[in-house]
Amino acid sequence: MVGLDKVNDFVVRFANVNGTGSASANLLFTKSIFRMGLFVCPKNFFPSNIQGLPTWYEVRVNDKGYLGRRDGIDLMVAVNAQSMLADIKSVKPGGYLLYDSTKPLHSDYIREDLNYIGVPMMEMCNKEFTDPRQRLLFKNIMYVGALSALLDIEFNVLESLISEQFAGKEKLIAPNIKALKLGSEYIKANYKFPLEIRVERRNLTDNMIMMEGNAACGLGAVYAGATFAAWYPITPSTSVAEAFGDYCHELRVAEDGKHNFAIVQAEDELAAIGMAIGANWNGARAFTATSGPGLSLMNEFLGLAYYAEIPVVLVDVQRTGPSTGMPTRVQQSDVMEAAYASHGDTKHILLFPSTPKECFEMTADAFDLSEQLQTPVMVMTDLDLGMNDHVCAKLEWDDNRKFKRGKVLNAEQLEKLERYGRYLDVDGDGITYRTIPATHPTKGAFVTRGTSRDEYAVYTEEGAPYERNMERLLKKFETAKSYVPAPQVYNAENEADYGIIFYGTSTQSAEEAIDLLKEQGIHLDALRIKSFPFNQTVEDFIDAHDKVFVVEQNRDAQLRSLMLIEIGASPKKLVPVLNYEGLPITADVIVKKIEKKLSRVIKKANKLQQNPIS
Amino acid sequence: MSYVRPKFRHPNLPKNELGYTQDYYEGSISTLCAGCGHDSISAAIVQACYENNIEPHKVAKMSGIGCSSKTPAYFLNNSHGFNSVHGRMPSVATGANMANKDLTYIGVSGDGDSASIGMGQFVHVVRRNLNMTYIVMNNGCYGLTKGQDSATADKGSKNKAGNVNEFQSIDLASLALELGATFVAQSFSGDKAQLVPLIKAAMKHQGFAFLNVISPCVTFNNNVGSTKSYDFVREHQEATATFDLVPHKSEITTSYDEGTTKSVVMHDGSLIQLHKLDQKWDPQNRFSAMTALENAKSKGEILTGLLYINEQSQDLHNILNTTDTPLNKLTQDVLCPGAEKLKDINKSLS
Repeated sequence: MVGLDKVNDFVVRFANVNGTGSASANLLFTKSIFRMGLFVCPKNFFPSNIQGLPTWYEVRVNDKGYLGRRDGIDLMVAVNAQSMLADIKSVKPGGYLLYDSTKPLHSDYIREDLNYIGVPMMEMCNKEFTDPRQRLLFKNIMYVGALSALLDIEFNVLESLISEQFAGKEKLIAPNIKALKLGSEYIKANYKFPLEIRVERRNLTDNMIMMEGNAACGLGAVYAGATFAAWYPITPSTSVAEAFGDYCHELRVAEDGKHNFAIVQAEDELAAIGMAIGANWNGARAFTATSGPGLSLMNEFLGLAYYAEIPVVLVDVQRTGPSTGMPTRVQQSDVMEAAYASHGDTKHILLFPSTPKECFEMTADAFDLSEQLQTPVMVMTDLDLGMNDHVCAKLEWDDNRKFKRGKVLNAEQLEKLERYGRYLDVDGDGITYRTIPATHPTKGAFVTRGTSRDEYAVYTEEGAPYERNMERLLKKFETAKSYVPAPQVYNAENEADYGIIFYGTSTQSAEEAIDLLKEQGIHLDALRIKSFPFNQTVEDFIDAHDKVFVVEQNRDAQLRSLMLIEIGASPKKLVPVLNYEGLPITADVIVKKIEKKLSRVIKKANKLQQNPIS
Repeated sequence: MSYVRPKFRHPNLPKNELGYTQDYYEGSISTLCAGCGHDSISAAIVQACYENNIEPHKVAKMSGIGCSSKTPAYFLNNSHGFNSVHGRMPSVATGANMANKDLTYIGVSGDGDSASIGMGQFVHVVRRNLNMTYIVMNNGCYGLTKGQDSATADKGSKNKAGNVNEFQSIDLASLALELGATFVAQSFSGDKAQLVPLIKAAMKHQGFAFLNVISPCVTFNNNVGSTKSYDFVREHQEATATFDLVPHKSEITTSYDEGTTKSVVMHDGSLIQLHKLDQKWDPQNRFSAMTALENAKSKGEILTGLLYINEQSQDLHNILNTTDTPLNKLTQDVLCPGAEKLKDINKSLS
């Protein structure tokens, strides 16, 4: 049987049982390859459950810089009996299966076109370790050791990662290394190694990091000076608040031990955003994080913050909807809801990060934008970006950067004013001047409310001032176009016939799809949306092409709908390319769907040529 | 009903320690019905703030939605107010309080706002012991939507249309006690002599101070057969004790017989003096407060006055160990860890 000769280009999948400590072993595997200077793209596929159900971890390895998921499994680490039959079926012909050979495999599990690598993991663990928990945990470390021999991972890289991981708990270093060696030595004694699929050091990732988007959002909030977070537990956004808390405990505790921050786990999402709004109203930078179901609950408050013009930052880590949907699977399906959240006429600022670095930057930017524009800003990330490790450029912070607090009047400024008008458009940009409670003894106080009022914040039910105010809010939204991050334009000139638009975690796979299509002679101009409202560049890009493919991970082509509504783009022009099964989109899917749509276009064109309409 | 408040003030009006006359604490003209209990409570808040020598701009007035939640516009014109979302005032107040611990927070809510749509937020703000005064202007009905029964309407109480409420009522004072509120009092909008010192004490309390104030709705729930009418409450009001608040360092002038008086020292050194005390009730014992409430209810009485106080409690800021400087005053140099620190973080991620 011929193996797959692929250096630095393969996919390994681990089939584990959740709650057995496999996560840290799998991360060790991924990080060792990353440390050898290769690109890794790890994805967790996990159930909405804590212990006992199947969970998968997949790593794509390559040296071309591709960071999206790829279909096709070259090597399966099958250590979950429950899912093993299906796991074996999912491996590519000619691929490899690493399994625990303590017990012989049933004939049902044998595929003629696979290479079987058996390591008696349980037997060796039971022999070498006495503690029952250790026996379970070290089985995972042992398969990493076996993989190190099979895939040619540098053993000293693994050793140093173990030493770093257990710094301060040195007693644990030796048994971990022992488990690694047991796995590695068993392979060396019993199998030909390394395999045809293997890694070679490339040192391509020296200036890169591996990080989860949620941690980056939490850290971005710390850097932006957020002092208060209110949240309600919900997958996949929980780790945003937790990361904020962890980083605050590390970076924001004063010398006297007191906290320069406050975090409240709210009773529900209604309260979480209410608290964040209350704190912003009172002059602190505050945020909340949630996912689809929570966003639905936050709608009423988002309308209040929009109408009463109170800054608030919301990190929405999107998951599969509607309703509870698939809570541990990814989608980009909150876009429409977020853009127009609340009853009445509302429009909200959205930011679309595509890497942890952008999660960090855009969360920090969101606080500036939210205070400058005095309105909610939502950072639209997703489960894939939030909960998986992603390779990206190192995080950067410019120490000259100053918090942009927007138009806030201080006591001296208030003192000089004859009459303060909270909703008076002094500068003509739709953005009015805020005051923070307790600024001045007699000037600047007013009642913030969700009911209509005039320019001086005086309650009114008259039509004219209501309409003036709504028009001004629209003007402010226009102003926002010059504040929000501009889209990324990939080609200086729009020369191709077709364009492609994508955003968020569809980016990596879309970029790869562009390369793959180019190999077939199909050239696409590309644009990555980073924010809503869209600015002129988006409109120009659509105008410059006959057809524009819009790649999204939802059923209803939600960003496309936004472009139809807000830009007035032609529905015939914007061709949706959708993937919403819950797993991160791949370049293959994008390529296939674009090919299919193009062949239709080409067929139609040919038909027209053959039967010209006279 | 008058639309304009006269600007003229007598030059010799008394002034408080800050040099302000009481009208400095007033708000805009109320748009509530003439005779509404809520207006009396607004007036009591004005007097309490005046007598407590509070800087009005250092008060934040929080409310939800409903008749009661309109009242923050009718007191303390120099304070910022937030007339938020129906039933959600507790969360907004929590966030505001987290941002600036140095302000005095007065939350005003109604029985619909707190006992129905906002029940979830109400119970949670109690258990967090947020440092605020939370006043429910309780009239047993929905005024702004024209008189529907609320969840605090007593079972058997008759509304204006003559319909009898068949549902059990929610007793907010009992609930607050059950949830561990650290200051619980009950009063009547028509009893200013009792209400003003209670509000003053509530504002001085370091923690969650709950005041359930029966406040008759003259338009929809002041009829014969209603248990929230002026007449009914006057006839059935029973006080736990007379309640005096003696400011810190003031001289105590009155004297009462041994055994009928109790004093509680507040956070700022002020003294709560309780006289003509019910012998079976101890204001610092939660169980006796609950028993007293239940006893009164079984006799068809409305127990008013201070019910319970715990001056040793830890408020949310204490629990979260936040720094002494209000969070909204912390500056970028304190809050932003900077580029050097980010280098270390990058290193740990590579």
